[in-house]
Amino acid sequence: MTTFFEPRQLVSPGTLLAEGNYQSGFNVYRDNGKYYASMVGLADIRNNVVSVIPLRGCYIPQPGDVVIGKVVECISTAWMLDIRSPYQGVLFASEFLSKPLNPLKEEARRYLDIGEMVVATVMAFDRTRNPSLTARDHGLGKIHRGTVIDVDFTRVPRIIGKKGSMITMLKKETGAQILVGQNGRVWISGKSRDEEAIIAEAIRKIEAEAHTSGLTDRVREFLVNRRR
Amino acid sequence: MSDSEIERLISEDGIRCDGRRLDEIRPIKFQLGVLKNTDGSAYVEWGRTKILVGVMGPRESHPKHLALSDKARVEAYYRMASFSVEEWKSPAPSRREVELSKVIREALEPAIFVEFFPRTSIDIFIEVLQADGSTRCASISAASLALVDAGIPMRDLVASIAVGKVEGKLVLDVQDKEDKAGESDMPMAYMPSKNAVTLLQMDGQITHDEFMQSMELLKKGCMEVYKKQKEAIESHFKGAVSNQEEA
Repeated sequence: MTTFFEPRQLVSPGTLLAEGNYQSGFNVYRDNGKYYASMVGLADIRNNVVSVIPLRGCYIPQPGDVVIGKVVECISTAWMLDIRSPYQGVLFASEFLSKPLNPLKEEARRYLDIGEMVVATVMAFDRTRNPSLTARDHGLGKIHRGTVIDVDFTRVPRIIGKKGSMITMLKKETGAQILVGQNGRVWISGKSRDEEAIIAEAIRKIEAEAHTSGLTDRVREFLVNRRR
Repeated sequence: MSDSEIERLISEDGIRCDGRRLDEIRPIKFQLGVLKNTDGSAYVEWGRTKILVGVMGPRESHPKHLALSDKARVEAYYRMASFSVEEWKSPAPSRREVELSKVIREALEPAIFVEFFPRTSIDIFIEVLQADGSTRCASISAASLALVDAGIPMRDLVASIAVGKVEGKLVLDVQDKEDKAGESDMPMAYMPSKNAVTLLQMDGQITHDEFMQSMELLKKGCMEVYKKQKEAIESHFKGAVSNQEEA
């Protein structure tokens, strides 16, 4: 039972992390009783689980994730959504509309056209089929107003912050509605376009300085200065 | 040129025409994240060889009928710029470029967890800007860094280097001049922490003993390249190490 890293040490693929009776978490693989990193990131161990917090990577859908998708294709009774992942999300009409959609009588495009944005949750995904989404829960559905920005997927936890500290601060300071999709898209709905632009700028700042400490206070300061 | 004036590639005391010892590699400089519109990228200056690599993916496979149901399709596109060699190279893809694309793909695929991304494709675009020997080795080494930058899960970095036989002596990291004049050339791609060889080619003639010596030399060379690769990753991502607060 030995580990070969300091907590939060930068590791790259192939770095030997541990040997012995451990479990492999995210971005760690086991080979011959040894644990290696499979991604560039920060090594971490918690409850005997060795994992690597990724610094780069793409979004892989997980059931239950709230994502923001962009319609790229309308099929007779479903929409294909770009969710910034290698796999496009499928949103069936029955998971979006409250009534059945008869493709002989009306087109799916009437309800949701190409380029429109939808807040949805991932229902199921196993990589053999595209992730199926649902927008029928409370708070989900088509986005009618506001701004949607793309952010680096690995920065999503930072934008939310420890126990939601960052996002709570952003909402409190600005009074805007902000929704962070797990897939690296943020929806901002503020009082005006200018207000939304300032919040977007603040989020860009979080993204760029994700690794620095005391960021929440600096972002608050930034917002106060910009909105004066 | 008078026929008595034959240029020697290795001097009496074992120094090569560019001042290196027999088992010395050229200065290598890797850099990650040099391109904006790719998912991952890397640039390498390997002596006078200069190569730019961009990686796209994993992304939806197009055309769809080529997608593999159990793993990602890895594709490498090795291309030499017209100005990369002394004689102007025709911009049309040559037989050599197609072959090297295949060889590079096969050297990198064992390192990638392709089974994590069924039905997708990972495209590796390699642009040789200046060629001075060992372009396939430099391409493989740089491409594995571009894959890391793209956040694609891998078993290990792939380091690659070549050993040649010049004037009866084994030399590490052959450059263009030595490659053309030499008796043999043997490139290898290697995953150091797995002790696994993913590419081994040879042309020319060497003895069994020389082959065994070459393997030792190749491993030593790959370890040096591996070290440079790790340094490049560290310097690119070092800002993240001081991460204090995270969700």
